Formats: sequence, C-alpha cells, structure tokens
Amino acid sequence: MRVRRLFLAAGLAALPLLAAGTAPAAAQGTIRIGMTAADIPLTHGQPDQGFEGNRFTGIPLYDSLTAWDLSSADRPSTVIPSLATEWAVDEADKTRWIFRLRRDVRFHDGSPFNADAVVWNVRKVLDREAPHYDPRQVGLTTSRMPTLRGAEKVDEHTVALITSEPDSLLPINLTNLFMASPAHWERLRAQHPTAEAAWNAFAANPSGTGPFRLTRFVPRERVEYARNEAYWGEKAKAERIVLVPIPEANARTAALLSGQVDWIEAPAPDAVPQLRARGFAITHNLQPHVWPWQPCFAEGSPLRDVRVRRALNLAIDREGLKQLLGGMMVAPVGTYQPGHPWWGNPSFQIRTDKAEARRLLAEAGYGPNRPLNLKVQISASGSGQMQPLPMNEFLQQDLRGVGVNVEFDVVDWNTLFTNWRRGCQDPSARGANMINVSFSAMDPFFALIRFWDSRMAPPVSNNWGHFSDPRFDEMIREARNTFDPAARDAALARLHAAGVDEALFVWIAHDVAPRAMSPRIRGYVQPQSWFVDLRLPYIQ
Amino acid sequence: MAFYLLRRVLYAIPIALAVGFVCFMLVQIAPGDPINAIVPPDAPADVVEQVRRDYGLDQPLPVQFGLWLWKVAQGDLGRSLATGRPVWADLSSAIGNTLLLAAVASAIGFTLGCVLGGLAGTFRGSVLDRIAVGAAVAGVSVPHYWLGMVLVVIFSVQLNWLPAMGAGPGGSADWAWDWAHMQYLVLPAVTLSVIPMGIVTRTVRGIVAEIMNQEFVVALRGKGLTRRGVFLHVVKNAAPNTLAVMGLQLGYLMGGSILVETVFSWPGTGLLLNNAIFQRDLPVLQGTILVLAMFFVALNLIVDLMQTALDPRIKRA
Repeated sequence: MRVRRLFLAAGLAALPLLAAGTAPAAAQGTIRIGMTAADIPLTHGQPDQGFEGNRFTGIPLYDSLTAWDLSSADRPSTVIPSLATEWAVDEADKTRWIFRLRRDVRFHDGSPFNADAVVWNVRKVLDREAPHYDPRQVGLTTSRMPTLRGAEKVDEHTVALITSEPDSLLPINLTNLFMASPAHWERLRAQHPTAEAAWNAFAANPSGTGPFRLTRFVPRERVEYARNEAYWGEKAKAERIVLVPIPEANARTAALLSGQVDWIEAPAPDAVPQLRARGFAITHNLQPHVWPWQPCFAEGSPLRDVRVRRALNLAIDREGLKQLLGGMMVAPVGTYQPGHPWWGNPSFQIRTDKAEARRLLAEAGYGPNRPLNLKVQISASGSGQMQPLPMNEFLQQDLRGVGVNVEFDVVDWNTLFTNWRRGCQDPSARGANMINVSFSAMDPFFALIRFWDSRMAPPVSNNWGHFSDPRFDEMIREARNTFDPAARDAALARLHAAGVDEALFVWIAHDVAPRAMSPRIRGYVQPQSWFVDLRLPYIQ
Repeated sequence: MAFYLLRRVLYAIPIALAVGFVCFMLVQIAPGDPINAIVPPDAPADVVEQVRRDYGLDQPLPVQFGLWLWKVAQGDLGRSLATGRPVWADLSSAIGNTLLLAAVASAIGFTLGCVLGGLAGTFRGSVLDRIAVGAAVAGVSVPHYWLGMVLVVIFSVQLNWLPAMGAGPGGSADWAWDWAHMQYLVLPAVTLSVIPMGIVTRTVRGIVAEIMNQEFVVALRGKGLTRRGVFLHVVKNAAPNTLAVMGLQLGYLMGGSILVETVFSWPGTGLLLNNAIFQRDLPVLQGTILVLAMFFVALNLIVDLMQTALDPRIKRA
C-alpha cells in the first residue's frame, strides 16, 4: 500500500513538471515553420527540394536579378525588378540582354553587389573552367534557364547576359538564379582545400543579399534566420524564422497542434477540420500548378483524336473530386485560369458535361460495344502530386460512367520522373497512354513550351507524348522572339488558348497550397504563387 | 580466445564487402535514377548528362563500385549526392542520435521484459502470467508506428505534455541531459521499446519456466535455500540465452527504426536511410548500411564474448 501511495504521489508530482516542460516557448517575433521537405533545402544559393527550396532557403536568404511579386493574394504573381532595376534586349543582337543593377546593395558579409558579382554567379553554373564552378548547382539552375550562355560586365552597375538564341523569357527564368557573395566564397575557399569543400562551408554559413541572414544550421534538423537589418528593400517584420523539416504529414500536424511550430506546410487533409476547430487558420490560394493526365500522341494512340481528348476533359466530375479533397483544389479550365496574362480565352470550355463527352466518344467510334481502354502511369506519392491514389481511383470510377476503362500502372515517384523524360514510346512507359506528373506553371517554358514544342520530345525535355505540330512550333518561336512584354504575353496567351482548344492535356486539378498556422501569425499573404514573402508575416 | 577474436574480426571483411555489393546492386536494380537526387525532373537531357559526367555516374558499374570501395578502404564514405555533405558527417550524428534512442528504448524494453518474463515464468498459469503474456503478445503485435501516432495524439496533441517530434528544443546538436531535452526522448523511446519488451518477456518466461522445472531447483529448495538464493541461481542459468536475444534486439534497435524515427522526426539512422532511399542517394545509402552492418557484427561478437564469460560451458575457440 505504501509503495502504491509513493507511485501515486510521484506521478502527481511529475504532472506539473511535464506540463511546464512542454508549454509552447514564448516566441515573440519568431516564426517556426514545419516544411514538407525531408532535409533542409540547400542553402548555398541554388536550393534543391523543388520550389519549396526556393521558398524557404532561396528567396529569404538571396535575391535574384528579377523576382516574383508576392505582395497580393488577389492577382496572378508577375515578374518585378529585384537586384536589377531595369532590363532590355539589345536591339542589334537579340541574344544579348542588358540589365541595370540596383546600387548600394551589400551582401550579408558586407561586400558590395555589382556587375562582377553577377558575372561570378553566372559562371558558377555555366563555366566549367571557373574556380568556383559547382556541378551540384548546375542541374538545379541551368535547367531553369535553358538558353542562358554567359554574362559580361558592361560597367560597375550594368551587365550583359547572353543567350543561345533569342529568348524573351529570360527575365522570367532569372528569378531562379540567386546571387551569392563572391567575396565570402573566396574567403572560405582560402580556408578549404577544394572548391567543393568551400561551397559546403558556404552552405553552412551563407551570404546573400536577402531579407534574412542565416544564423544557425543543424544539418537535417533545423535552420534559423535573423532579420537582415541592412536589407536594401522593405525589411522583414518577423525577427527570426526557424525552419524544421517534417516530411510526414501527421507528424507535421501534431507538431502544430502541440505548439512546437507556428506554421506548417500541407497539413494532413483529415486533420483540417480539427485544426480549424482549434482555432488554427487554414490558408490556401490558387497555385500555378497543374495536376494533369498528359496524353501520348504516338502512332496508334487513341488520344491522337482530339475528340477523345476533349471528351475526357468534359467527362470528369471536378466538383466531386474537390469534395474528396476537402475543397483543397481549384477546377482548372486550362493550365492558366481566366484573368491570367497567358490565359488567352480558348474556345473549348473545360467543364463537366458527360452527355457531350459521350457524344464525342461515340463520334470517335467508342461506345458500349467498343469501350475506350486507357492505361495511365501514376505514382503512389510524390512532391506536388497531391493525393495521387485516391484522386486517380476517383477518376477511374468517374470515367467508367462514360464508357472509359482506365487501368493504372503504379510506379514509385522517382521512377515516374525518370520515365517522364523517356517518352511514351520508350519501354519504360509500359504501354501507357497517359502519364500523371504534376508540374509548376510559374514560367511559360515549364508550363507550355517543354510539352508542346516538337524539339522538346524525349530525351531533350518533357514532351512525353511526342506531340508535334508545326503550328505550335511557330507560336512558340513567335513568343520567344517577341520582346515587348505585353506582346510577348499576348503570344503566350495565343499559345495557351490553342493548347486548350486542342485539349493537349486532360486538366484535372490545380493545387491550392494549403497551409495551417497559428492564429498569432499576422500579416501573412498567400499569393497566387509557389512562393511566399517571409518579410510580411509576424507573430503577435 | 585471441585467435577466436581475430577470426571473428576477419570474418567482418567479407561481410562488409558482401553488404556493400548487395546494397550497391539493389540500388542499381531498383527503378529510378540516382541523378534525380541532383537535378530536377524537368532538367533537359544535356544538363542531365553533364551532371552525370561530373559525378562519375556515367562510369560502368564495376568501376563505380570499385572507386567507392577504394575510398571506403581509406576511411572515406564519400559525399551525399543530394546535399554534398560528407556521408560520415551526417552518419556520425545520426548514429549518435540512434544510439541514444536505442539505449533508452532497450533499457525500458529489457527491464520490463525481464521483470514481466521472470514473474510470468516463476508464477506460470497465474493471473500475473496471463497479464505478462498479454503484454508480450501486444508488444510484438501492435505496429509501433501506429502506437507512436496514438501516443502523440494523447500526450502531445491532447494533453500537451510531451513534444510530438524532434530531438531537442534546438535540435540534437545541443543535446543535454536535462528535462528540456530528455522529454523529446520519451515518446519515441517508449514506442520503440514495445517490441523488444514483448520478445524479451516471452523469451525470459520460457527460459525461467524451463529452469524452474529442473531438478536442481527442487534440490536447492530441498536444501532450504531462500527464495532469493534460488532466484539468483535461476537468473544465472537464464542469463546466457536471454543475453543472446537482447543482443539481437539491440542490433535491430541500433539499425534504427525507419518508421518510428519518421513518425517522430527523430534524426537518427532510420530517418537518414528513409530519405536516402527516396532520393536514391547512393553514397548515403551504402555508407549507412555498411556501418550498421558492422555494428551488428560487432554487437554479435560482444554478446558471444559475454555469453562465454557468464557460462564457461560455452566454449569459443
């Protein structure tokens, strides 16, 4: 009995200790964010982990010559000046762009930002002979600016960028080239035996021009930023940012509910009602993201027939899918939505019209006696893939209602990516008529050109379906050769409208980038972008 | 004994080679491409090929394996494809974290297992026995990732008593033996201890019950030995086999539980392996598996030696 009393007393005594020890820490001015990434995205200036990397270790620490406007939730995010204040193509040579640089900008280490720094940063990924050339950064950078070939200093605050061919999209691509401090790297290089080791040291102690400075880096666990008090633009409101990788959705949600973090990316969908009930804010907005089925246009594919492609676009119950996702999607009417500068008002209206879908299928020769059989290669998970299994199973069931039998070839995410580069005629497609790889539509090259330009067929890029139409090639050439921004946008809008009219994808969903955050977070703006301006939010 | 030790250490070399080779080949056979750890999926083919050359991934497989082996022989496990950091830097911190977790989990699991198993074996057929057997069956049957989630929901989300994830308020780098840090250990260690607790309980129960039925125990009692005295004899006889089971379990725990470490975002070898698998980060995968395999070999050797020390009838030569 005495022993039992002792245990009871000890247990009761421990309760306040337990509770006190885990109470959420006072975090005035500190925002703690749970990322979906499994590791800290690279901090040397060219982040990995897709756009989550740019969001959390690119934009906060570094600036690029051009940037996305992340200040508004109500309008599509567009490109604005950043470290470059103005730019124009050289009228005499359309492969040469002149960028005027912002003055009086300094890196976190105090060294000045100037034309030499831009040339140095271009060489780090393009010039194999440069002492600071870093192969690790090449794949993460040059793929996002495929025509950039070099940089030349014109004067202290002017630089010329050279492209392989006339390319009006370069200013958009340059949002992905972050400016790291050459002086800081040189200092580190003097202390380390190789350039690779110097870059690793740079990643642990980086220096950019961004609104935050890195103050602590624990590999695989956390990274901490402090506000850059010498920032050239509007300074951040939060004093500190702590980023924690929590790849598992339930763990992320539990971390928020237990007060270990103040903000999580992509909460577990099932937990959204509970989060709302406990006063957490669920934020979302249209994201330039497409969750499609990409068709194969090879000989013998039923999807060569535009009636079939249109029928599939009309047959899908997107409202039902939205319900399945707890409202966390937008029903697409193309890669871009009305109001976007590259929308273009196509004549084919993507909507749910099963009767019209059946009619088109019948016209194409499919019906109860000859059902349309399709095979789609999908993944069970993956970055940006939303919830691929339940979503695809919903579509399978939905399409059965209009006489379309869908079979899935489920492969792992990494494999699906690899296959995406190989094309639908490659054995890796295993006879699939479509592939389900979601993509970012921030940039017209990645949203439109790489899928619809015949030169982008595998192995060059992601024209998985081997789509080839001289009309589209010409529209793409025109868009890339139109340097007036308004005229270029009009050309891209024509390209997009034509793609929708031809139903070159089965457009199924746009993600809305759900986030859950503490009600103490104020000032947060969720733009129509993959990125967020961390200068705006603060803790009340 | 010295010859035996030397022989066991030499045995580790072919084991390390085999583990390295099998791991290398498994990753190569698996669909997907390690290059995806370095370049985004939408990278053009020429960029992919350039990076493949830069990293030596265009070399024939035997050459790649040989180069890796040569570096390992010199104590260099290479660099992560994904992060560029030395594999050993990440691996050493991960091993430290996993050792910490495994030590606490095994302390909980082995203590409970020995106590419950000892009681169940001594009082076979009693209510106590049934409770211990029930706990052991539950321990080995309940999926520990599920148990981890349930514990998080109760103790982190609902009661807000214990942290749901992580290895300390500032990460594992500044670990200290105070409550602010140790509270991060509680839920993952309890979750991880459940399986070894169940296995050790069942093992000890069986061994103790068998010993209790032996004639020498009756003789000891007949000679008037106290209950404590009999207990010490039983423990001494049960120890070698129990130790062998514990050694194996400790090996599994040190291998890191991928699921438990993922549920709790505990930065150990399990989480490291998990990320490396998804990213096809070949150097991290090979280095981690090789080092863990060597741990297992070393642990088995230690257990064998301890068994010999405890029971001289077991000869190692």
